[in-house]
Amino acid sequence: MERDGCMAAGKIRILQQIKKYITAALLLLPALLICFPVFLILTGSVMDSIELGQYLGPVFSGEEGFIRWKLMPDYPTFSHYGRLLFMTPAFFVLFWNSMKLVVCILAGQLIVGVPAAWAFAAYRVRGSRTLFALYVVLMLLPFQVTMLSSYLVLDRFSLLNTHGAIILPAVFSTFPIFLSYGGFRAVPVQLLEAARIDGAGELRIFMTIGLPLGKSGLLSAIVLGFLEYWNLMEQPLAFLEDKALWPLSLYLPEISWTQAGFALCASFITLIPAAFVFVLGQDYLEQGIIYSGLKE
Amino acid sequence: MAYGGRAQLLWRNRKRLPFLLFLLPSLFGVTMFVLLPFLDVVKRSMQTAVTGEFTGVKNYGVIFHNQAFLLAVGNTLRFTFVCIPLLVLVGLLIAFPLSTFKNAGLVKSVYLFPLAMPTATIVLVWKMVFYRQGFFNLALTKLGEMTGLWGPVAVDYLSTGASFWVLVASYLWKNTGYTVVLWLAGILAIPNEYIEAAKVDGAGRWKCIRHIILPNLKGSFYTIVILSFLNSFKIYREAYLVAGSYPQENIYLLQHLFNNWFVNMEFDKMAAAAVCVGAVLLVAIILLQRLWDREE
Repeated sequence: MERDGCMAAGKIRILQQIKKYITAALLLLPALLICFPVFLILTGSVMDSIELGQYLGPVFSGEEGFIRWKLMPDYPTFSHYGRLLFMTPAFFVLFWNSMKLVVCILAGQLIVGVPAAWAFAAYRVRGSRTLFALYVVLMLLPFQVTMLSSYLVLDRFSLLNTHGAIILPAVFSTFPIFLSYGGFRAVPVQLLEAARIDGAGELRIFMTIGLPLGKSGLLSAIVLGFLEYWNLMEQPLAFLEDKALWPLSLYLPEISWTQAGFALCASFITLIPAAFVFVLGQDYLEQGIIYSGLKE
Repeated sequence: MAYGGRAQLLWRNRKRLPFLLFLLPSLFGVTMFVLLPFLDVVKRSMQTAVTGEFTGVKNYGVIFHNQAFLLAVGNTLRFTFVCIPLLVLVGLLIAFPLSTFKNAGLVKSVYLFPLAMPTATIVLVWKMVFYRQGFFNLALTKLGEMTGLWGPVAVDYLSTGASFWVLVASYLWKNTGYTVVLWLAGILAIPNEYIEAAKVDGAGRWKCIRHIILPNLKGSFYTIVILSFLNSFKIYREAYLVAGSYPQENIYLLQHLFNNWFVNMEFDKMAAAAVCVGAVLLVAIILLQRLWDREE
């Protein structure tokens, strides 16, 4: 009897294990779907042009049959990388444009946005909550709605067709304020009061208590900001006429389909900085997403 | 509530000067680059485009009889109302089983990764998947052969009404990750005692979910809706890169229209439409926040 009971318990345990593996498999299935594009880009970028032409022929030159693909290319080659890295100076110009834009925007956002976030988190004066609500609304307005007003003001400051036209409006975006605010809110008010009683000035409180304790919000703003501005599209299309000023994100669509391998290779290189930041800042990214969910 | 305590503590210390000093750079920039220019746009919405004569609400009348505007508004609304419920639900369905896992880190990173994928890169893959002879039709045809239920499938998803669903799929692909993270944070924040107590009282799994977990997730729900809304505007990038300024009519969004008006310098219509969209957004956000506040 007792043995039977034991065996039944064992069976239940095994069933539970199996159930767990099935859920895990079900959860990983969409994950495979998510990784599929990365796989295509990676294998395609080391494929010989002729081989790639055969596989993609049906899609882009109207041949019969379906697109095909190989797990491992028959004729692996790094010629696309060679061409891109050593024979395409334009690629580097745009790559550095992108870097410059992203770094300037993020630096500006930190200088302007972080103190503002601290102001909202650490002080309460009449109207401050209304002002914060206004900031949230501004954060939600899509670019196209403010495009005309941005254009007019950039025109007045004669910033059009310069990198300033992209950087300045982005620096005053209210999204990083919203994220950093989430981090600063975690700092206990009692701590600030204690510091005041001990005679610390407001700036000193911000630098020595606010920043170290609330930094995760601002770090997440940096990670999310990088991913966002590495993808810049609307702003440069509207405000930059000179293609030499464009960021990398607008270069890829310009490559024609006859050079698919080259395009895939450029895609892969575009992906690297974003993936790098993603891996480094993943914990902050997650924190930031959760902070952005905090209620004011 | 903890938050109320914090607010009261903050009120005790009304420091107008440091608040203003911390906020000043941001407030200055936002006023210069967003608020004042937008007022200018409101003024322009009541003028002719070139001569600047006052026309009252004529521009508003014009856009509401404009076919392109009505089409774009319809598509944008359809996209919003299809995507957001779908995303919220899919996220929840994934977050539930994931919340029982001890180390869900890897799965979460995989789901978040699409956030880091540059749009231009994705578009390349989209074309390979959704063109007439692409991977999607290949898979469908193979499935048809295997089950014998249907013959070869040859739909060009990007030039028929199905393009709308391609956009929906690509939105889900990109945004499921952060929705899952937000739901997870919400689920894990529910005190375990609640669930244990319900179990002791004899509640089954479903009862627990319906009466304990779901009601406690209302706060997360509003956040997720707002953020999904914010991100739903970004789908324009994919739509634009796949199909250009004049895509198939089912995916002609407001953003396309604004862009085309901008290029054709039809600033009068653009200003009127911007004011309308801004007003609708403002009302929607205020309503959402009302609902949100009442819940807490």
